[in-house]
Formats: sequence, C-alpha cells, structure tokens
Amino acid sequence: MNIDKDLIKKVAKNAHLNLTESEIKEFLTQLKEILNNFSIINDINTNDIKPSFQPIEIKNIYREDKVEKSLTQEEALANTKHKKDGFFKGPKAI
Amino acid sequence: MKAQEFIQKVKNQEIDIIEHTHKVLDEAKKINKGYNYFNIISEDLALEQAKNISKNPKGKLAGLPISIKDCICVKNVESTAGSKILKDYKPVFNATVVQNLINEGAIIIGKTSQDEFGFGSFSVNVGLDKKIPKNPFDITRVTGGSSGGSAGYTSITKYPHISIAESTGGSIVNPASFCGVTGLCPTYGLVSRYGLIDYSNSLDKIGPISKYIHDIELVLPIMAQHDPKDSTSLKEKLNQDSKTKKIAVIKETLNVEEKIKDLVLDKLDDYDTISLPLVEKYSLACYYLIAMSESSTNLAKYCGIRYGLQKELKGSFDEYFTSVRSSGFSKEAKRRIILGTFARMAGFRDAYYLKAMKIRTLIINEYKKAFKKYDLLVSPTMPIIAPKFTEIKKLTPLQNYMIDILTVGPNLTGLPHITNNIGLVNKMPAGIMYIADHLNENKLIEINKK
Repeated sequence: MNIDKDLIKKVAKNAHLNLTESEIKEFLTQLKEILNNFSIINDINTNDIKPSFQPIEIKNIYREDKVEKSLTQEEALANTKHKKDGFFKGPKAI
Repeated sequence: MKAQEFIQKVKNQEIDIIEHTHKVLDEAKKINKGYNYFNIISEDLALEQAKNISKNPKGKLAGLPISIKDCICVKNVESTAGSKILKDYKPVFNATVVQNLINEGAIIIGKTSQDEFGFGSFSVNVGLDKKIPKNPFDITRVTGGSSGGSAGYTSITKYPHISIAESTGGSIVNPASFCGVTGLCPTYGLVSRYGLIDYSNSLDKIGPISKYIHDIELVLPIMAQHDPKDSTSLKEKLNQDSKTKKIAVIKETLNVEEKIKDLVLDKLDDYDTISLPLVEKYSLACYYLIAMSESSTNLAKYCGIRYGLQKELKGSFDEYFTSVRSSGFSKEAKRRIILGTFARMAGFRDAYYLKAMKIRTLIINEYKKAFKKYDLLVSPTMPIIAPKFTEIKKLTPLQNYMIDILTVGPNLTGLPHITNNIGLVNKMPAGIMYIADHLNENKLIEINKK
C-alpha cells in the first residue's frame, strides 16, 4: 500500500490531531520503517485460526439488572471548568 | 527491613507510625529532587492514613508505605498517567487495587513517574510537563520503563516499601531489572483494572515491585481479588502448587550481552533448552500492532471537556478537541495514535489488527505446549544493562520498540512473569525472568525464594 503525506494527514484528522509539516515528514519515514518491519506478520497463514481478543478466554459477563450506586452529579462535574446548571458545557455543535 | 517484619512492629506499637511516615515523606521529597521518581507526593493523604493507623493498627499492610504508578487512580490525588492531557485530574474514586491496599492499612505516599500512558521502555517519553526519572545506580542512565519511578524509588529508599506498577509489554520487569529489584507481572485479569487509566485493554496488568520476594508474596493476594467492576477480572483462584520440577531456558533469548547470559545460566542448577520460534519471530510485531490499535482507541476520550487539560471553549467541536489534544499529547503519544488509528482504519483493520489477534492465538498455543512439559520458562529479563541517556538519543522509534523483544511474549499472552536481580554487569544490575503458565504465580514466588 502507498503510505504518503496525504494518508498521514487523513489519519491525523480522524484522530483529531494537528501535526506540523515537520512532524508529518518525520512520522511518514518512521511509519514506513515500522510497518515494513511489522509486515513479517504476513509470512504466516492464519486462515483457520480464531483471533484471541483477550489472552485468556473470557465468557460474557453479565450483572444483575438492578440500580447500583453511581457518581453524584457533583462528583461527575468535579473535574471540569466547563459546567453550567449541573451540566457539562461543550463547544459549539452547529 | 522486609514489609512483614515492619508491619508486625507497627502492630506491636514498637514504631510510631506518624513519626515514621513523616520520615518516609521527607526522604521521598529529598530523593525526588535528584531522581524524579514521583509526579506527586501525597503528603496529606499519607499523614491522614498514618493517624488512622496509629489509633487502630490493623490490617495485613498496617502502616506500610506504598507508592502507586501514576496511571492508577487514587482518590483526590492528581492522577495523570504521566500525561499533560490529564493535568489536574483528581479522581473521585480509588482504583479497586488501591482500595484493597487501603483496606489493609497501607499508606499511599505518592504517584510514581512513567512514560506517558506507558508508551516507552526507558521512562524518557514522559509527558510534556513531567521530569525524566534517573537510574539509582548511575544517574546518567535510564531507569527503564514504563514504571521507571516505581522501580527507581523502590531500589533507593531505605524504608520498607512496595510499589504498585503496571505492565502492558514489559513495564514492570524491565525497570525492575534495570534498577536491581523484584517485579511481578501477574496473569492477565488476576488484578482488577478498574481505575487504571488504560493503555491497551487486552494487555494491561497491574503488579507489585519490591526489594524482597516475601513482600511480593505478602501483597499479591491483597491485590488479586475478583472485582465485578472489571469484566475481565478472573474468578479463578491461583494454583496452590508452588513446586517446580522442570525448567527450560528459551534458546532464542540468549542472544544478549555475554555477561548477562552467563549470570542467567549460572543461576540455574538443572535445565533444558527449548525453542519458541513463533514467539521470537512474531511477538514484537503482534504486540505493537495490538497495543497501538487499542491505545489509539483509548486515547480518543481525551477531549478537554469533562476532566484533564482544558482550554477556553472556542470554535467548533472538531476545532476545540483538536486544539486540546494537539497541545496535551507528547510526540510518542501522537506517533502511537497515528499508527494505531491507521491500523484500525477501514481496509487495513483485517490486515493488521485482526491478523495480529490471530497470531496471538498461535503464540499462546506455542507457550501452552511448552508448559505441558515444563513448569517454568527462563530468559534474561532485558538484553542489555540500563543504557545511558546519551546512548538512546539516536535510536529510531523502531529500535526503541525492539528493546522489548524478551518481555513482549509473556505480556502478549497474559502469562505471569517475574524478574529478580542476579548480580551486576559493569556495576549495573541484570535480571533473570521466569515465566509460568496462567495462574501459576506461586511457582514464580517459590523459585525466587531460593
């Protein structure tokens, strides 16, 4: 695949990061080197292999469907400067 | 003094715990000026806990000073995972593991320095507003990472102490080895991750670092309690059989500094040699693809609204989030976000992320086959002694990642592993690493008592 500056810019936009021109240039070289090295994973056939999304098999964990104690409104808002009338305040949506 | 002996003295009221805690805090502050092991020293909390213990000296850890890696939440103490993006964040709750320790009378003395979110092997990738920890044996060298502050402080303090660290790809045993102490990374899911500021959910494990194996034995059962708040927390108990009959040295791991190899082999009486070709060839690439994919997802939540670094609300959603994130993350965090976001993008996900998950299955199978024959697998912990800051300056990111070659295997597969000091090479500590099958931590502890 072709990894170029435009692809890095697109990925950065998706990830909500502003990169400088020099960062884009630096990351481009480094990403190519890293992905080239990691392409070793293509050497092995995994067609019939199940993925291990966890290192230990874990079955679905459910809890009782009952109301439990949660953070108070005051606690939930304790770490933000951006609050009004007991709610979080965010930037403009439209 | 070992923790157990100290705790007994506290319970017998032979030690004035308030006076002792003052001494510990004074020493920590003094050490921190030269070595940068703490992002914050929680003096008020520690003294309040000491007062409570002095009135009622109860609990399996009564009065024991414990430090906590910065990525593990401590109520009302700034917890940043070493990142500027979490500046001023004071959790309104304790991580389950922290609460378990406090319930047994532990005294929390501070949050230890680390690579930002755990993104590093040397603790030099600290957040934009943080200081780099220095090796206690030689301040021109790194502590290792990412739990550098935990290992460095444990090594240097003259007081009984346990540090609670965290490993994703080797971040407990790496710095413990470089700083000459013992570190245990438990089975994935044994210790609750509730309240851990996560790096990579399928890889993160919380574990202890100490000078003494008996301290690890003391604290592990307190840490390892099933927690309904963490859906990956195991209900299974540890295997009580702690006897080791057969050991194998992993052949591919002996390609390290000659003196380190000699120390490792000298430590063992009787051993076989085993080859793990899949681990050697694929574990590093698999590990990093999974770690970066999961971390880029985890880091998506930092947007400057609910907690952490915040700015004046200006511009659109996109503009505000981008502005906060761009000024809060360091370069290594940005690099990993870019790589991980790329590896999960439509069209690439199957080729990278899913493929890595499938190879993980094959690597787990390779280890499991080895554990049918052997109780423990052995390797050097790190291929080199702690390098100098000047030596790692010119390494490319890939060369940095390669330093984890011996530790990513057990981390990728959630296998418990431990490092112990085996002596000095050029006046710097070297470590031996034992790996056990899932839930066989008792074998790791027992072998290190010898």
